[in-house]
Amino acid sequence: MRQRNLVSALASGLMATSLLVAGQALAVESKDPIKLTLHDWTGQYITTNIMAEVLKQAGYNVELVQADYIAQFAGLESGDLHVAMEMWETTGKDAMEASLATGKTVDLGETGMDAIEEWWYPIYMKEKCPGLPDWKALNDCAEAFSTPETAPSGRYLGGPVTWGGYDDERAEALELDYEVVHAGTDAALFAELESAYQRKAPILLWVYAPHWAPIKFEGEWVEFPRYTDECYNDPSWGVNPDMAHDCGKPRGWIKAVGWAEGEKKWPGAYQAVRNFQIDNATMGNLIAEVDLEGKSVDDVVAQWMKDNESTWKGWIGQ
Amino acid sequence: MNEVVLESRVAAHGLLDRLLRPWSLIWLSVLGATLVFAYTGRDLAPWAFKYPRAWQLTLKKDIGDFMKWLVNDATFGLFTFKELTRSIAWVLEWPLNLASSLLSTGFLEGQGSDAVQVTPPLSWLAVIFVLVAMARYAKDWRLAALVGGCFLYLAMFGQWASAMVTLSSIVIAVPIGAAGGLLIGIAGYRSPWVERVIKPVLDLMQTVPIFAYLVPILFLFGFGPVAAMIATIIYAMPPMVRVTMLALRAVPSEIEEFGRMAGCTGRQMLWRVLVPSAMPSLMVGVNQVIMLSLNMVIIASMIGAGGLGFEVLSSLRRLNIGQGVEAGIAIVVLAIALDRLSQAYAHRELPPYVETDRRPWVQRHPYTVLSLAFILVSGLIGLVLPAVQSYPEALQITTGPYWGQLVEYINVNFFDQLEAIKTFLLLNVMVPVKRFLLMLPWVGVAALLGLAGWQLGGWRLALLVVLLCVFIVVNGLWAKAMVTVYLVGISVVIASLIGMPIGIWAAENERVGRVVQVIIDTLQTLPSFVYLIPVVMLFRVGDFSAMIAVVAYALAPAIRYTAHGIRQLNPQLLEAGVSAGCTRWQLLWKIKLPLALPEIMLGVNQTIMLAISMLVITALVGTRDLGQEVYIALTKADTGRGVVAGLCVAFIAIIADRLIAAWAERRKRELGME
Repeated sequence: MRQRNLVSALASGLMATSLLVAGQALAVESKDPIKLTLHDWTGQYITTNIMAEVLKQAGYNVELVQADYIAQFAGLESGDLHVAMEMWETTGKDAMEASLATGKTVDLGETGMDAIEEWWYPIYMKEKCPGLPDWKALNDCAEAFSTPETAPSGRYLGGPVTWGGYDDERAEALELDYEVVHAGTDAALFAELESAYQRKAPILLWVYAPHWAPIKFEGEWVEFPRYTDECYNDPSWGVNPDMAHDCGKPRGWIKAVGWAEGEKKWPGAYQAVRNFQIDNATMGNLIAEVDLEGKSVDDVVAQWMKDNESTWKGWIGQ
Repeated sequence: MNEVVLESRVAAHGLLDRLLRPWSLIWLSVLGATLVFAYTGRDLAPWAFKYPRAWQLTLKKDIGDFMKWLVNDATFGLFTFKELTRSIAWVLEWPLNLASSLLSTGFLEGQGSDAVQVTPPLSWLAVIFVLVAMARYAKDWRLAALVGGCFLYLAMFGQWASAMVTLSSIVIAVPIGAAGGLLIGIAGYRSPWVERVIKPVLDLMQTVPIFAYLVPILFLFGFGPVAAMIATIIYAMPPMVRVTMLALRAVPSEIEEFGRMAGCTGRQMLWRVLVPSAMPSLMVGVNQVIMLSLNMVIIASMIGAGGLGFEVLSSLRRLNIGQGVEAGIAIVVLAIALDRLSQAYAHRELPPYVETDRRPWVQRHPYTVLSLAFILVSGLIGLVLPAVQSYPEALQITTGPYWGQLVEYINVNFFDQLEAIKTFLLLNVMVPVKRFLLMLPWVGVAALLGLAGWQLGGWRLALLVVLLCVFIVVNGLWAKAMVTVYLVGISVVIASLIGMPIGIWAAENERVGRVVQVIIDTLQTLPSFVYLIPVVMLFRVGDFSAMIAVVAYALAPAIRYTAHGIRQLNPQLLEAGVSAGCTRWQLLWKIKLPLALPEIMLGVNQTIMLAISMLVITALVGTRDLGQEVYIALTKADTGRGVVAGLCVAFIAIIADRLIAAWAERRKRELGME
């Protein structure tokens, strides 16, 4: 046992040395640490850790820093922080555009993932409301989706008001007989889902992907008229001739964003971030491995790195 | 028969008499006018109900611009404002780095992923050994066992690594907060002028929600643990300042006179006489600093402190309730260990001072020597035996799954009963109060509050109260402010109703007191997020869940100050009561409670402050109050909006505080206590 440890220690020492040599051979532009931000959801944790590992392999010095999703822009603008891997069009677009306008941050392109957000119900609700997933069935089932406070109207649990999403407008424009209640955080949102799911109780709420919830709980998205730009801007469009927002929610990009000056300091690294691509299905599986199977993020990322060597080597031009 | 009629007639006459006093007349007429106006005036003068948008101030924008200027352009000539704040951060980074190298990361050379560990951090055995030795030195083996047990929990439940990150920030933040608070408090004690200046600042520090100034702090101090620590200090210091001023004033004048007779200089008087004799009360302040610092752990982790707070947040986002609870309890355990240890040091009986102790240094300091030796030996062994350096993973245990199952069991079996209780309270108490408050015209509310201020404290107080009200109105936040008042008001009433009797009980019975102390420490340091999520699962998103969270958090000061107020009473007064033949009940009602009233009111005051400081957390379950406004501002990084909403929150607190303080003052005068 002892012997094996020694051998493996030696081996990893050798590997480290060879990596170091490889790093020097690549001649990275600066050995100052590139600070990548971590927020508080697993998917972002995984993308950031993958990116960090890849940059390390390319010889860069990286550091992971905990920072709030929106408040981080202050740091990205001043150069305290350098790269943020996940800005969602659906929730972070305004803050990101405001920041890009200062010229101190730079758009590092789409990550290949697609943010999906829509009204969602657990599959057992289909028995009580057979017309689903078509949105037109919602009004027939308002009673089934109601709670004592909202009856006879149905209850729809929307995301935090800060997420926007126009659910109050949507309910009004589509003349849905539902009361829109806003959760304060996504933890509260999914706590209600878990509670209802345990009791097989009715619930209709905002779910988004990539996230563990649609993997853990079986259910479907409500199918609204498909989103177009006109639907949100032009009242005459769609089923309701007088109001906008009579359609589903848009799907959106997830982008990386960085400190503008960093482009000069670590051009290679920034290019690698731009090259980063991962799709929803892969991401969903990685998230499920962490959140539902209880593996550590490090293990999951290490496994991904092993299985996809050619992919990430392409990002750093090896 | 006749007598009864007569008696009731006299009673009626007495009531009428009371109603006809000038103050009562004024009150009745203003109240009446407000109510009549509330029902009839909506069409007559709509501006008195909903302040027109066109008249609103542009303060939000101005503050936003000011912040931009402060961060980008403000300069003192030689250096900019930002350079100043950054250099403060740089100075604070040194002790913080030292602590975190020692406890969590080890001493590193280089930065980021290139860093190489030169020496490992203190091993888990070494940390526990040192703390146990400190506890034994400060008090006794029982405390040593408690502290050792607390830290063993951290190791066994796999929280060690996170706990050390948190601990390293706490061991730096608490001394700074406590010492800073003490010095400011002393300044306030010495000069009434300073007191007048710092009191409102304290109120602001304590009540402006942290989220409101989080963004500016990040701008000025940079991202990372230092900014988080600064936010922690700002939040945790005010109770220390308040308690210091109160405690120094409460030092009996005999002691002060004795000091003067002994010929003390000013400095000796302060540090050798006043501060030591106020020590028991001062330690209440230190206790609060520790508790509040640990309370900030969650929010601090959002801006880069990491540690246990992050652990709690990320487990709950996965709805892994068990893991969240274990990490939350780790915060509590840390708080209890640190608090008991610091109390023990403060109360330690000093050994008689021997001037000519000629024993060698080693013999005079057995604990220090033993600890250093243990650190060295365990460190060296740890290089070979990993189990000595860090607690072996195979021996970790977890209760995680049971917590989730417990909540599921309650949820599946008792949801309907809980729902019934909730619906009843909501429909019969909460909703009517909310409707009533929202119906009142702001003009009337401002007038009523002003009147209260006038009666209790004269025209200055009246003016202050009215101006603060108007500030909220002209910034267009009246409706949200009323929702805030409703939520906080109901929560404070419930918290006081539960807390005060428990506080009295705890003061009367020492064993109960000890149990209660543990419970309130737990309530105050267990991150509310930990119970918020199960509460949401059982009661859904909404005001009711928010109220439960606020009550649970604000209960602590109601209990603590009531108990403390009764315990600190002069025993001679109580003896006098006993010898005068008071029953236990009379002793409590006629002597203890009235005399402890100022302290109890300080407790109510703190209950309100804490309830208000929980507003931001309640926004996380979807209330529509000022807390939500602040939270929206944070997520949009809108400094101006956050600060204005934060100020409105603070002003509600200040109005409540000033009115209660003035009332307590009057009451004390009436009781002849001053």
